[in-house]
Amino acid sequence: MAIWRFFRRSFWDDERAREIAAHLAHEIDDNIARGMSADAARTAAYRKLGNPTLVREDIYTMNTLRFLESVWQDLRYGVRLLRRSPLFAAVAIITLALGTGANTAMFQIANAVWLRTLPVPHPEQLAQVQLDPGKGSRAGERTGRYSVLSVPEWEQLQRRQTVFASMAAWGTARFNLAQGGPMQLADGVWVSGSFFDTIGVHAFRGRTLQPPDDRRGCSTPGVVLSYAFWQRHFGGDDTAVGRTLMLDGHALEIIGVTPPSFTGIEVGRSFDVAAPVCAEPLIDHTPDPATRSTFWFLTAIGRLAPGMSVEQADAQMTALSPAIYSSTVPATYDAETRREYLALTLRALPANTGVSALRADYEQPVWLLLGLTALVLFIACANVANLMLARASVRMREISVRLAIGASRRRVIRQLVSESLVIALLGSFAGLLIARWSTGGLIALISRMDPGLWLDGRADWRVFAFAAAIAAIACVTFGVAPALRGTAVNPGAAMKAGGRGTIESASRFGLRSALVVAQVALSLVLVVSALLFGRTLRNLTGQELGFDARNILVAAIDLTPAHVPADPSAMFHARLLDRIRAIPGVTAAAEMSVLPISGSGWNERIVVGGREAAKLPMFNRVSSGFFDTMRTPLLSGRDFQPADATRPPVAIVTQAFVHEYFPDGHPLARTFEINTPVGTPRITYTIIGVAQDSKYNSLRRAFPPIVYTDVDQAPQDDAAPHVMVRTMLPASTLSDALSRAIAEINPGIAVRYESMEDVIERASSRERLMATLSAVFGGLAVLIATVGLYGVMSYIVARRRTEIGVRMALGADSRRVQRMVVMQAAWLVIAGLALGAVLTALGGRAAASLLFGVQPTDPAAFVIALSGLFALAVVASWLPAHRASRVDPTAALREE
Amino acid sequence: MPKRGTPPLHGGEMVPGTLDLLVLKTLAIGPAHGHTIAHAIEHRSEDVLQVEHGSLYPALHRLEDRGWIASFWGTSENNRRARYYRLTPKGRQQLVHQTSRWDAIVRAVNRILRPAE
Repeated sequence: MAIWRFFRRSFWDDERAREIAAHLAHEIDDNIARGMSADAARTAAYRKLGNPTLVREDIYTMNTLRFLESVWQDLRYGVRLLRRSPLFAAVAIITLALGTGANTAMFQIANAVWLRTLPVPHPEQLAQVQLDPGKGSRAGERTGRYSVLSVPEWEQLQRRQTVFASMAAWGTARFNLAQGGPMQLADGVWVSGSFFDTIGVHAFRGRTLQPPDDRRGCSTPGVVLSYAFWQRHFGGDDTAVGRTLMLDGHALEIIGVTPPSFTGIEVGRSFDVAAPVCAEPLIDHTPDPATRSTFWFLTAIGRLAPGMSVEQADAQMTALSPAIYSSTVPATYDAETRREYLALTLRALPANTGVSALRADYEQPVWLLLGLTALVLFIACANVANLMLARASVRMREISVRLAIGASRRRVIRQLVSESLVIALLGSFAGLLIARWSTGGLIALISRMDPGLWLDGRADWRVFAFAAAIAAIACVTFGVAPALRGTAVNPGAAMKAGGRGTIESASRFGLRSALVVAQVALSLVLVVSALLFGRTLRNLTGQELGFDARNILVAAIDLTPAHVPADPSAMFHARLLDRIRAIPGVTAAAEMSVLPISGSGWNERIVVGGREAAKLPMFNRVSSGFFDTMRTPLLSGRDFQPADATRPPVAIVTQAFVHEYFPDGHPLARTFEINTPVGTPRITYTIIGVAQDSKYNSLRRAFPPIVYTDVDQAPQDDAAPHVMVRTMLPASTLSDALSRAIAEINPGIAVRYESMEDVIERASSRERLMATLSAVFGGLAVLIATVGLYGVMSYIVARRRTEIGVRMALGADSRRVQRMVVMQAAWLVIAGLALGAVLTALGGRAAASLLFGVQPTDPAAFVIALSGLFALAVVASWLPAHRASRVDPTAALREE
Repeated sequence: MPKRGTPPLHGGEMVPGTLDLLVLKTLAIGPAHGHTIAHAIEHRSEDVLQVEHGSLYPALHRLEDRGWIASFWGTSENNRRARYYRLTPKGRQQLVHQTSRWDAIVRAVNRILRPAE
């Protein structure tokens, strides 16, 4: 059967009707020619033809795909049935939409971070180079998100490897586009000349960087823009190519633009500007990195040579590592650091889905949240299944009639399932809309942690396939079982009972009760996890930080574009601080090199009493007035003073430091040394004060030992210090005044503002994400489960009406009846809660590492969740119980 | 009365399945409309084979569906609009194939009915 005839079957029907009419006309003509009367001719012609309608019907049937036709019929029937009970349809579709929407939204995040392949030709041939995390270590400076290789190491690797047809090095950077004043940051990448050719990206405008653009010591490097940046910054102007772009105060020529589809090979980030690796010393004012074997800012990606696999590449990277590292050992290393360095091992991993530092951070949260949304979906499905079961038993009489007059059981099942299919389709479609809308919100929530985060939240085929798959699963879960249940009836018995049995058979309630128990159990899991994550967030943000984060504005200052000489005697920093302190409304101000809770940090190996200490303390370089500004009490000793600038090095340490290194508790005037490579002079610090403990770079870690040193004593001024300003002024007013004050000193200084509270919020955003979403899912689960319990209890009461009538006629009072119904519900809920408690205790381990200050088996969370759910359940069953107690015995019995 | 969906057996006196072959043979001479085909089969079989006209159209529909015949609207000898059918190359092949099959069956049946004297 030609498929096109199916779609044009009414056309063909008309066509055949005309043809048959023509046939009859010819026959009548012939008959008249043979001498018949007009009437006789007509009668004879019809007799000869047979029944024209039957002929047409035969042809029509030939044109139908019998199966499709009946499925379509069933679906239309399903829609009709749903329209007859809009409340049921609405509850079913909305619960399902919420379940599938939450799932699809979470999946979309997982898809964007893990599954989407790079938009380049043959992404499966790409492999990335990484360090084996367990092997070796290196001392020196690391910058960027993927600091795997130094330039000398990269050159060695490129020269020695044979598994890749081509290789490229790249690293991440951040460029300031502004020439003084507020910073205008752009996400940059350093790329080797072979980068674009290796991954297979061609220029959209102009040309991409090529190997000749990346020669060591290049003096006039060109840069390539991303399409999005080109649109944003140049309005997509073709003349942008050939113009110059200011990067950290250096004018660089724009040589090309990449295509819109390419947003970089790093998932979670989009790049704005790609600059050649050779431009790094020029822009960063660092010595040529080629001579610096202790500066890691690159990683490598390669396209496998034909016939090579990622496993072979991995094996070669490991095999080449000793040769690469032994020819690049930094000259300054002593024996120990040398041994550690030589133990470093490179590995190769597939890069078809790009590279991402996000994956490690979000792996656990995202999979856990996907798991939680799956539970929500399951609760929603169980709810719809219960509703379907209720409907099936209401329709038992109708189904019995159908089966009795000869409908096959399969046909009836198919009809019941198609009703579920309609619900599943509508629910998933609505869910897809919810997902579309909420994915944006989710990405916004995640990107609060990291303002540069960029995720492609567009739905692709995987998202649609996922939504379709969960719709199918949902349909099977809530559709098939009730359909099987609903049709497993003995028509005779069912019709005799008339659907009004005195006592409902226990087995019919079995499935429904099991579903309620499962709903309650899973709701408990979700509620407990919501409480645990809520507690985690409160513990994290409410804990003692060691400083007062309120009313502090942080100004991140970048001196590089101002070309300020890094001369400590220039008093530049002191002048800057004095100018800021003079602004009206500023209570205190101080400079520091490491911003607390920002994630970055600095530690050193120290020597105390001639012995090297096992534990490394954290370091921070601060100006005088720091403790005052932060409101961190100095417990003994004194703060830094301007006069210290010319004295021998001094340090202020924290209580934890004293506890760790001076257990006798008398640290003042004692000394320690920073361990430096053999042959270089060690600096000795004298402790002049002890400060209260405070958090260093992470909210989660306990108070570490911290050493504060004096900025005025630093051998070189910090090119990018943070200035903390304590004030009562609104942030925007103060930042204007600060910008003016800074510009007076040097208009080239770049500055960026942030409140200390924002810094802390950013540091806790993963917990905020978990707390917010688990609360939403928990609330959703409780709502759905409560509605489900109410529905089941109402149904049970309706079915037991006669029985209740008999009981009341025999003298049971309404109170007793109410208790009976509530007790029935209570048993279901208790079973569910018990099961849920076991599940939560088992599943809690998966979340343990995401919690803070609370155990997965926290008794308080369990007690609150258990009693809350139980109370809700009693409320949900009280209404049906109340209704049951109002049953009029005579009316109920008369129905029988 | 045939149930909807089961193939009709209006064939009357005819051996089932032969109608398709006869229609193809008739059309091998030249294009014709349904009425002509029905009468042509009757005439050329010297009225031995009676085509129930109603069964002809489903057969034509089926043959067209298989691509053995094609149709077009034309004007008949009585000056009436009628749907004409003609044999397609594929139909011509089928005719040869079906004819030889028919011959084989007839020979086989004959061998049983009239064993060689």
